[in-house]
Amino acid sequence: MPTEPPAPTKYAGARAGLEGLLAAETTGLGPEPQKIKTLTADEVSGLDALELAPKREKGRLGLRLWNSAWPKLLAIAIVVLAWELVYLAEWKPAYVFPSPTDVFATLKDLVTTVDFWDGVRLTMTRAITGFALAVAIGTVVGAAVSRFAPLRAAIGSLITGLQTMPSIMWFPLAILLFQLGEQAIMFVVVIGAAPSVANGLISGIDYVPRTWLRVGQVMGMKGFSRYRHLILPASLPSFVSGLKQGWAFSWRSLMAGELLVIVPGTISVGVRMQNARDLSDTPLVISYILVVLVIGILIDQLFNAADNALRKRWGLTGS
Amino acid sequence: MSILETTSVRTESVVRIENVSKTYGSGGNALLALDRVSLDVQQGEFVCLLGASGCGKSTLLSLVAGLDGISSGTLDTGGRKVALMFQEAALFPWLSVIGNVELPLRLQGVGKAERRKRALELLEVVRLSGFADKRPHELSGGMRQRVALARALAQNADVLLMDEPFGALDAMTRDILHDELERIWREQNLTVLFVTHNVREAVRLGDRVILLSSRPGRVIEDFPIKHPRPRRIDSPEVSGQAGEITDRLRAEVARHAN
Repeated sequence: MPTEPPAPTKYAGARAGLEGLLAAETTGLGPEPQKIKTLTADEVSGLDALELAPKREKGRLGLRLWNSAWPKLLAIAIVVLAWELVYLAEWKPAYVFPSPTDVFATLKDLVTTVDFWDGVRLTMTRAITGFALAVAIGTVVGAAVSRFAPLRAAIGSLITGLQTMPSIMWFPLAILLFQLGEQAIMFVVVIGAAPSVANGLISGIDYVPRTWLRVGQVMGMKGFSRYRHLILPASLPSFVSGLKQGWAFSWRSLMAGELLVIVPGTISVGVRMQNARDLSDTPLVISYILVVLVIGILIDQLFNAADNALRKRWGLTGS
Repeated sequence: MSILETTSVRTESVVRIENVSKTYGSGGNALLALDRVSLDVQQGEFVCLLGASGCGKSTLLSLVAGLDGISSGTLDTGGRKVALMFQEAALFPWLSVIGNVELPLRLQGVGKAERRKRALELLEVVRLSGFADKRPHELSGGMRQRVALARALAQNADVLLMDEPFGALDAMTRDILHDELERIWREQNLTVLFVTHNVREAVRLGDRVILLSSRPGRVIEDFPIKHPRPRRIDSPEVSGQAGEITDRLRAEVARHAN
């Protein structure tokens, strides 16, 4: 079947003309050409205006914040309430399972000490250094693997394998290699995060749409300019997902590292938590858990913000 | 009708395709996509390639664009530059509308101020100068195709290859884009090789409509379209000739029954 759309019924004259012409088996001898009116600029821009979706009203900032905040606040309230009930039921002795009020009091005391913030600073410095190192290594490895087929055959599946490896498995080796030092922690953080970063970049490069590649080729993009103007920007969303996942892995590895590898003279968040456990100070242990949780959520929010900004720019959001 | 008869007169040919064949794969699995296709496109001509599925019309465009190599025959564009447009606008989402139009200029090494000026002129040509700083996803499908056209023009190519560029658009938008393309083709003195499976569209736009057979693609007939421009897709002349070509196309499609 021809794929041409059926003749519009609107133009009865045209149809009649067509039928008449077909019957006579002649062409070009139809009725005199009608006066042809072509579209004006106004008609073009009128249609453009109609086709553009009207701007959505975003609402007041305060209202939007409240709309996203109240479910979270409610969830926290429910958890705290359940916790309090378990405490009141005396499931465990109070010194093992403290009440929320005890913990929040401890937490409040904790965050007002200078020592605590020194510990957080040390831990965050390690986290950021380790993550930055993992990003650098992951990017180089990812770019190399996607560029050279033999390299991909050689280590492509190894990268995915490393990604699924629990980071704690590396610590015995790391301690033997680097003793109880910063390098041992860095080693595990990097080996935990770099594969995710590399994989994000590799899949980003692999899934650059074919039409874009053809457009680039017709424009004459080659070698470096092809990477600069096409491959790298096109793989950005996948790369950002890789970064986000890499961060999660490096943060987990770091916390495991700080609990296992106690570098003499450093009092990181992990070391403090371990000390609190040694002193059977449950409220303090729970306080540190909350601190690590909050830091994790905050950083995740940063990645989400970056991801959302990118998606919005690219029009990948379902709006 | 011989191809040579229709093209022997006047002006220089911009694209010369002589006995071009294209085979995919090899041995027992080899698929002959194009079989000894010959076609000459003159400077300033608007040529439509028409055929049913599997006639290799898109393959032929890829060959002319240099995206793929021919298996035998001669294909000569005389070193001319070509630009290619697809059914999807394929604009880059990390660039603004004007950034997309500027990109080919940037690759040609045009300076910053100069390429912005030129890109704005081109957006003016496709009547989108008010949308320079929008993102591609903020535009409608028809507007995106016009940006893609501006980007193709920015490549400063001698030949514009279009692969069903309006296939995904609604009828009203398509009508408008026909008018716009015809206007720009005339103003910019372009040479266009336009692939479609829509007979009326081909007759509406083309100076010539080349009908291709399917599996393998061969030139069946070369229809000159003499109706005065500007044309309307619903005019009796266009409909009439479209009817004639449709009959020929149907006969070709029926050949593939069983």
